[in-house]
Amino acid sequence: MQRGKTRVLSLLAVLSIAASACGTSATPSPAAPSGATPTTAPSAAPTTASAETYPRAETLYTAGKQWGAPSTWNPLDTNNYAMGVIGLQYETLFMYDPLKDVYTPWLATADSGWDAAKTTYTIKVRPGVKWSDGSALTAADVAFSIQVWKNPALASVLWTFVSDATATDDSTVVVKFSAPAYAEWAQFLYQNAIVPKAVFEAKNTPDILKFTNENGVGTGPYLYKTHADDRMVWIKNDNWWAKTALNLDVKPKYIVDVVNSSNNVALGQLIQGGLDLNNNFLPGIASLVTGGYNITTYFAKPPYMLAGNTATLIPNTAKKPLDDPKFRLALATAINTADIVNKVYGGIVTASDPTGLLPIFSKYVDTAQRDALGFKFDTAKAKSILAAAGYKAGSDGFVTNKDGSPIKLTLEVPDGWSDWMAAENSIAASAKLAGINIDPQHPDFNTVIADRNRPDATAPAKFDLIINNDIQVGNTPWTWYDYVFRQPLPNGTNETRNFEGYSNADAWALTQQMDKTPVDDLATLKTIASKLQKIQLTDMPVIPLWYNGVWSQVNNSVWTNFPSDTGNQVLPATWNGYWNMGAVLMLTQIKAVPPAK
Amino acid sequence: MRKYFGRKLFTYTLTFFIAATIDWLIPRFMPGDPVAGLMARQGALSPEGAAALSKYYNELFGLNRPLWEQFFGFWTALIQGDLGRSVFGHGRPVAETILSALPYTLALLIPAILLSWWAGNTFGAMAARRKWLDSAVLPVGYILTATPYMWLGLVLAFVLAFLLRIFPLSGGYGFNLEPSLTWAFFVDLVAHWMLPFLSLFLVGFGGWAIGMRNMIIYELESDYSRYLEALGAPQSLVRKYAFRNAMLPQVTGLALQLGVIVAGALVTEIVFSYPGIGLLLFNAIKSEDYFLLQGIFIFVIAGVLIANFLVDIAYIVVDPRTRVGMRGGTA
Repeated sequence: MQRGKTRVLSLLAVLSIAASACGTSATPSPAAPSGATPTTAPSAAPTTASAETYPRAETLYTAGKQWGAPSTWNPLDTNNYAMGVIGLQYETLFMYDPLKDVYTPWLATADSGWDAAKTTYTIKVRPGVKWSDGSALTAADVAFSIQVWKNPALASVLWTFVSDATATDDSTVVVKFSAPAYAEWAQFLYQNAIVPKAVFEAKNTPDILKFTNENGVGTGPYLYKTHADDRMVWIKNDNWWAKTALNLDVKPKYIVDVVNSSNNVALGQLIQGGLDLNNNFLPGIASLVTGGYNITTYFAKPPYMLAGNTATLIPNTAKKPLDDPKFRLALATAINTADIVNKVYGGIVTASDPTGLLPIFSKYVDTAQRDALGFKFDTAKAKSILAAAGYKAGSDGFVTNKDGSPIKLTLEVPDGWSDWMAAENSIAASAKLAGINIDPQHPDFNTVIADRNRPDATAPAKFDLIINNDIQVGNTPWTWYDYVFRQPLPNGTNETRNFEGYSNADAWALTQQMDKTPVDDLATLKTIASKLQKIQLTDMPVIPLWYNGVWSQVNNSVWTNFPSDTGNQVLPATWNGYWNMGAVLMLTQIKAVPPAK
Repeated sequence: MRKYFGRKLFTYTLTFFIAATIDWLIPRFMPGDPVAGLMARQGALSPEGAAALSKYYNELFGLNRPLWEQFFGFWTALIQGDLGRSVFGHGRPVAETILSALPYTLALLIPAILLSWWAGNTFGAMAARRKWLDSAVLPVGYILTATPYMWLGLVLAFVLAFLLRIFPLSGGYGFNLEPSLTWAFFVDLVAHWMLPFLSLFLVGFGGWAIGMRNMIIYELESDYSRYLEALGAPQSLVRKYAFRNAMLPQVTGLALQLGVIVAGALVTEIVFSYPGIGLLLFNAIKSEDYFLLQGIFIFVIAGVLIANFLVDIAYIVVDPRTRVGMRGGTA
């Protein structure tokens, strides 16, 4: 008996000692700003090498862009490259700031520009820029970086309007146009990376996207350090050209981007200080900002976030009664967007302008026309529009088609997108008050896409209503109008525009004209925009609802002086395309918090 | 002996074939097109751009070939170890993806299964004959075995990681470390491993402890035990024989529990974002990466079948009646 008890107690004692030993040598979570290096095990075993660790005070931890393990670092694979490949490792000719609408010469100099006839564009390559392998950036690299888009595997439309790109000397590239598309060319200047000809020329085959370019050669402020299934690590490039040329110095020595797992893990990491910058959509962030966790957002008050894209209700205009502009207008007037903004999002988004244009494009909005024609939430007015258009309410309170058949519209959002699932319920509820019967559904993502796309050139799509927010911030409202008015109607897996199937030849002609207008010709662009807005507000092919935000929340414990509307006004996001829209400047502006004494 | 193994192998191979076929069928008969879904996730490509890209992906995944050709292609590739390419990993080979996650899951599963089985059986056997221990082990064991793996994981994460900050909250190893053969890295690895391991270990421990306790009590009340006691055999001898007999159902139980434990490990990994097969599975489901799912299930099927096979071998070692029975030709 006694022996048994002793045995059990000694076993328990051993276990507790083991547990406490594990406890003391566990790496503490990087919360306290005082820690520079995490503590290592007190009893050092005889291994001479020390583990490579990133000192907390020199490392910026980010999350929010990378869904899934980093698998490619090829900047030509524009949708799939790992966080930071364009922006941190590879750079573009210009940097575009959408908040100020300014193009900053980056790898090109300010001497670059159009000729008088606006048919030839000359790029002047910045002198003194070195690739990370030591060789110099020359015009040959830039010319190759334009020509590589002829590769059919890259699926680019650049060469439908560019006819030639040749390096005339070491620092000049002359680009000739067959049919100048100024808006799209301007996008190329700030979106497409300049790649080294020496590396990519041999890879320029139809298999170019299979080249993952791990540990690639770039001009940017960071170099590839390492990666794993759950992280991407960048290390500072001490020979970055902008240090001397523009007097810009990026502060963090290491940038560790954490692969997204789930919202609660991201939230926990952010609160504990394991993350400095997080670009996930974290519901309830508004309460955290005021909760004393040292977490801030771009705006200190609602809407907290900058507007990043427009969430739009898209009706299938090939189906009754959505083919009737009056019905669509009534539907738009019936939706209580304020309900979505406040109840679903807790105030971290704002209602959209009726034109659908993001706040950065507010100068293109014809405000007088918008105030006259634009829809506003008004249940009574929605009812009267329906009645005037001939839609009578049945005994159940819902309006019917003109021929008497019942109307039931299915609204689809992808399953798991919880904020949209809540928003569609709100839309259905407010539409019901006006008499429109909407059935909110949330099938899985692939089914929504299958319902959304037209199967071929003749058949209509299956959906009734969907919500979509594909168009992000950019340099021109042309992208939005291309999205709404594109002709001919795309279909199949290639369908990325004009989901509503709205055909208006005048609108498309105006959209194409906008593309062919130089981006600095504000007067002409505003005139065209005004005409397009009139068509859009009268016919209501799409119903813009709210602006989804550039989700961004930061923990100021280790790094501070992140972008804000009262401080440095740059985009605070690590998402693709945002580094070269000014977010790199954020890295030069943040300051390390001095360790607590 | 050969007949026994021959039959076992045949059964397992047949099971694997059927399971793998069902596994292959599912992505191809689900509604929606995985390539269209992948393209749509990529955002606003221009329509011309999307055309060439979708053609590229369809060729990469072999979706443009007739079904029977895809089926044969699947088996030829499988024999060569090629599990296809991940849709969400943008064409990254599935085998590579799984193999990079496998060590973490094995590091969780093998110690958890073996240690919980050994510790549970030992404690259960001790509890069977000591009243004071029995009154402690029995309720604790029942509570533990009834606890869902991920709930226990969440509780451990909240108490030990979030509140007390003894262990890290998530991940395989610290985000500030790089893998290296150093003591510091090993300690960090173990620290991250401890909580997921504990969630699996504790639940398993409870189950085995109760099972063993009941079995030992049963054996010690049986005829041969009473007879030996009457003959004056020492208690330790009686207990030795009883233990051996009680082991057999536990070994069977291990084989039956394998599937449950693997599922538990997968869920626990999700709670801790531990970079094993479970997290991979979770991400594959979220992104509807059918080929990755297919590959993971093949792995899990094969793993469970192999483990079952190993338990069968263990049975032969442990139970002399099986050995005799095989020689008798009736196995």
